[in-house]
Amino acid sequence: MTTEPFPDQAPARNDLIARIGAGHLALAAVLLVFPFVASDFFTTQIGAYSLIFGMLGLSLMWLAGYGGMVSLAQITIAGIAGYTVAIFGENSADVHGFGWPWWVLVPFAVLIAALASALVGWVSVRTSGIYTIMITLAVATAMFYFAQQNYTLFNGFPGFAGVKAPVVFGIDWRDPMPFYFLSLGVAILCYLAVLYASKSTFGLTLQATRDNQRRMRALGYDVTMHKVFAWFLAGIIAGLAGILLVWFNGRISPGTINVGAAINVLIITVIGGLRHPIGPFLGAVVVILMQTFAIDIVGAERFNTLIGLLFLVIVFVSPDGILGLWEKAKAHLAPGSLRSDI
Amino acid sequence: MRLHRRTLMAATLATFTLPGLAMAQDDTIKIGLLATFEGAFTVLGEDSERGAMVALSEAGGMAGGKKIEVIKGSSDASPDSAVRAARKLVEQDGVSILVGPLSGDEGIAVKNYALSQPDVTFINGSSAAQDTTFRDPAPNFFRFSTDGAQWMAGLGTYAYNEKGYQNVAVVAEDYSFPYTQVFGFMAEFCQAGGKVTSKSWVPIGNKDYSSVIAAIPDDVDAIYVALGGADAVNFLSQFQQAGGEAPLIGGSITVDQTVLTSKGRLKDVLIGTPAAGPIADTNDAPEWVAFVEAYKETDGAFPSPSLFAHAYYIGMKAAILALNEVDGDMSNPAAYRAALSALSFETPTGMVSLDENRNAIADMYLTEVTEDADGNLVNKLIQVTSQVNQTLGIDKEEFMALGAVSRENPSCE
Repeated sequence: MTTEPFPDQAPARNDLIARIGAGHLALAAVLLVFPFVASDFFTTQIGAYSLIFGMLGLSLMWLAGYGGMVSLAQITIAGIAGYTVAIFGENSADVHGFGWPWWVLVPFAVLIAALASALVGWVSVRTSGIYTIMITLAVATAMFYFAQQNYTLFNGFPGFAGVKAPVVFGIDWRDPMPFYFLSLGVAILCYLAVLYASKSTFGLTLQATRDNQRRMRALGYDVTMHKVFAWFLAGIIAGLAGILLVWFNGRISPGTINVGAAINVLIITVIGGLRHPIGPFLGAVVVILMQTFAIDIVGAERFNTLIGLLFLVIVFVSPDGILGLWEKAKAHLAPGSLRSDI
Repeated sequence: MRLHRRTLMAATLATFTLPGLAMAQDDTIKIGLLATFEGAFTVLGEDSERGAMVALSEAGGMAGGKKIEVIKGSSDASPDSAVRAARKLVEQDGVSILVGPLSGDEGIAVKNYALSQPDVTFINGSSAAQDTTFRDPAPNFFRFSTDGAQWMAGLGTYAYNEKGYQNVAVVAEDYSFPYTQVFGFMAEFCQAGGKVTSKSWVPIGNKDYSSVIAAIPDDVDAIYVALGGADAVNFLSQFQQAGGEAPLIGGSITVDQTVLTSKGRLKDVLIGTPAAGPIADTNDAPEWVAFVEAYKETDGAFPSPSLFAHAYYIGMKAAILALNEVDGDMSNPAAYRAALSALSFETPTGMVSLDENRNAIADMYLTEVTEDADGNLVNKLIQVTSQVNQTLGIDKEEFMALGAVSRENPSCE
């Protein structure tokens, strides 16, 4: 959705606009105006849904881009937060539903998700590369089947329905406009947090670990703890996305966290690009648009083929995803202003 | 540079808002068709589309003097995906009638969604869970295709009295539709004096049934199987390869055309399997024969329509008949719904009408799998149970007291 370049890495400290970045301001303007010109469907089903999946992609981008750990379990972490909300909040399935107020429920669900994420991280940090992918895929698959077949805790295949977003300040936060701005606000917070964290001491250490783990260990860093903490932070983002997702759908079932959904998050991140936190959001917009409207373009029998082909083309043309495409397009749009932004 | 940016931004904005602004023309009526065009039930979803299209072409693509535009939505049989597809059809494409979904829990989820969309009328496809219409029904959700317990009419009694099975094991998928089917079967079977000693619930899309087959007790007289699509084929071929000898009793979609036409040596285990459902392949009523002929004209049709094609046909047919009643005027949903509620019409499988929960009362067919002259497996008609209602002839209060269907309910060990 963005059409602006990314901010400079080293902005002038005294110039506020330069520090925030003109690109960010223009993007913010577009995102703020969007719900007022778009229909309710586009505001929630495309806009808010893309923001939620963008956040899931962001949590993966944080792990993969800065930490070199590709995870397929992000949707699982989100699902844990979502299930926590359904189980400890209110639902209409007559299973659990303790009715905790939202201001206890939300931090609690995020904490559970972050701890679960740290646990997954703790199990998987001893591996690297393809083995991390495999072990997180195993976690995601196991969690899916467990949720599907366990009725005492997860209510099996139908899962939980009737999960409502809270009404605060007299506003029902699941109404299209409030929900969009809620998602936008949380997404921006996560986005800025990742931007900040990537330049912090911890973020730089994490990137150094990604580049040369053995050297960092020799320098005296506790590499495992750094990685596990990165997982914990990723879990916070995925957990927030999971809470928004369960409010958005009003329900959660194993279908929400199946292997297809796990791979969806990976596709979103790869399509968007792993080099900048904005990438997953771009990827989410493209993927969600395709998945929603491909059926209108080619009919019901072959729409998944079309989606697959488009993704193949993007990755083939630009291995860096849409971010890479943007870099190329920028060179054509403004021959005079070729800078290396990222 | 500035110009470029602005143009791009304008283009982006236009892309996002234009589809939302597109208005329906006055002389067309948009009907959403929601079925499983992906996932384990794809074959069933495609056949359901054929059924809906037969009803549409019978009416010449017109209803109440207006042209019908069908917009398709796809789910993968999970409730979330069904609601998401329904939302797109209703909120983006602006359909005034939605026909679907296909499977059990999807139906319950879409019914709950229907409560939030009072201006749209939902007509069930083939989803057959009991509580889609029985408990907390939605006033704008109609089911002309009956539920899974109704489909079992006659089977339990037949299995006990005619086949002499007293002790049966159950293998079924783990969600609301098979629960409903097992409920319908056991209601009669246990009443007749039979016992169900073991129940195996397997997840949808399960591939390996070896442990399930091994867990079936040796002393059962028969195995009641309620699996659908790829799951049924996988179970049956593995059961055959494992040398399974116990006779089978079929759920409605276990011995459906979507399964009977699959390749492999299923004949050995399937021939002679009794089942019950809303259709029978060898039904020789002229209405059914005419329907089969019309169905065979469609692309990729099976030798005989599956019950999904039949259910979507009836749903689409009802939508069209009621549109004719109100002369295609959808501006007053209440009038349209009154027309739907009052419908009582002749289908390929007898008269269909609705009860006060907007659930159909219809004829049910008891069948047995046989090989026809061409070597195709078909369901031979044994008997017709006429006008089965949702409470299976039991008093409503008493039926309600039996409790909601689940893994444990009912039970007769």
